[in-house]
Amino acid sequence: MSETINRKTGAAGFITTRVQELINWGRRNSLWPMPFGTACCAIEMMATLSSRYDLSRFGAEVIRFSPRQSDLMIVSGRVCLKMMPVLLEIYNQMPDPKWCISMGACASTGGVFDTYTMIQGVDQFIPVDVYIPGCPPRPESLIDALMLIQERIRRGEKQTKVYDRTKHPLDLEPIALVSEAAEGAPVLTGSRLSLPPQDVPAQEQNFGPPERIVTHVERLGQGKPLTELKRDT
Amino acid sequence: MAFDLQSLMTTLKSRFGDDVLGHGESRGQAVVSIRRGASLPVLRFLRDEAHFEMLTDVTCVDSLRLPPDMQRDYSERFAVVYQLYSLTHNARLRVKAFVPEETCEIDSATPLWDAANWGEREAYDMFGVVFRGHPDLKRILMPDNYEGYPLRKDYPLKGRGERDRFEKYTEIPPR
Repeated sequence: MSETINRKTGAAGFITTRVQELINWGRRNSLWPMPFGTACCAIEMMATLSSRYDLSRFGAEVIRFSPRQSDLMIVSGRVCLKMMPVLLEIYNQMPDPKWCISMGACASTGGVFDTYTMIQGVDQFIPVDVYIPGCPPRPESLIDALMLIQERIRRGEKQTKVYDRTKHPLDLEPIALVSEAAEGAPVLTGSRLSLPPQDVPAQEQNFGPPERIVTHVERLGQGKPLTELKRDT
Repeated sequence: MAFDLQSLMTTLKSRFGDDVLGHGESRGQAVVSIRRGASLPVLRFLRDEAHFEMLTDVTCVDSLRLPPDMQRDYSERFAVVYQLYSLTHNARLRVKAFVPEETCEIDSATPLWDAANWGEREAYDMFGVVFRGHPDLKRILMPDNYEGYPLRKDYPLKGRGERDRFEKYTEIPPR
């Protein structure tokens, strides 16, 4: 990425890469977090943001609960069934480029709560860049995670993938490459379900068709199978 | 206890006869069991004349997989439990009304106490017990379009896959 292109004229390649480095430097040193704190990890996040383990010395000065003005989403705390659509909505509202830290055991894997209400890891539905283990993790761990994100931005890596956790744990493979154009209808997992598959989801049966169709899903394609995901040039 | 459970039971039995199924004590807590048909009259009597002015909780018990010695106390599958508190006597009372599984209904206690409103919504959400006459009986803890009653003993702990069924984040492709 930062490899200088050896050209006779030289100027364009050199400036482009330097500008990209400058942009990355700016981005990583001014990461504005969007704290999605739902439970106990949020307390540790608050501790990290306060004066003793100050996070603003890394550039994360502006902690606003507005997704439109943030780069980095810190999911701290367990996410339950009712909260998951809210999390997706907030994540969709964040402008690109965005990164995500999954803080604590509950956000990463569901933690101790393997029940009917708790999402077993938000990385099933949103792309997570850094996972922090712990219950709750210490503030130093959150600072380490932020520094890992900064390192990731410095190297210019693309965003990570969304995993299908309903498969066997040793069987993990990325199924939706979000930084490349994923196609098809939204992927609903559930290979372990005992309920019969429904053509009309329960919400439509009970409440009728939705008032608002999500157009970006339609733009993505016409339901090709996952094995034929198109890649960027 | 400042109040006398025995005298209360004799009064209840003389007033309501067959609808009062029994009484007992559970870890220092007085318990009265009644039939569900008489829940409103008994509760109204307890509130107005026995001075149990305050309802602190409405909940439900599923007796599906209890051991036999505890199962004997349950005439039906579900028991709607009202926890009453008397401010005048500083005494607590538990009232259990048995509700069968097939017609899972009971009269709502919201005409008597407003505090029963959310407690009954929770019992409906978790067990499926319908409270007749409730002003707004809908789910309170689970999402509104959730199917199933989670705290019933035959509902799996890990759910039926609802926690895996969400849309995945898909990026809007560049144009």
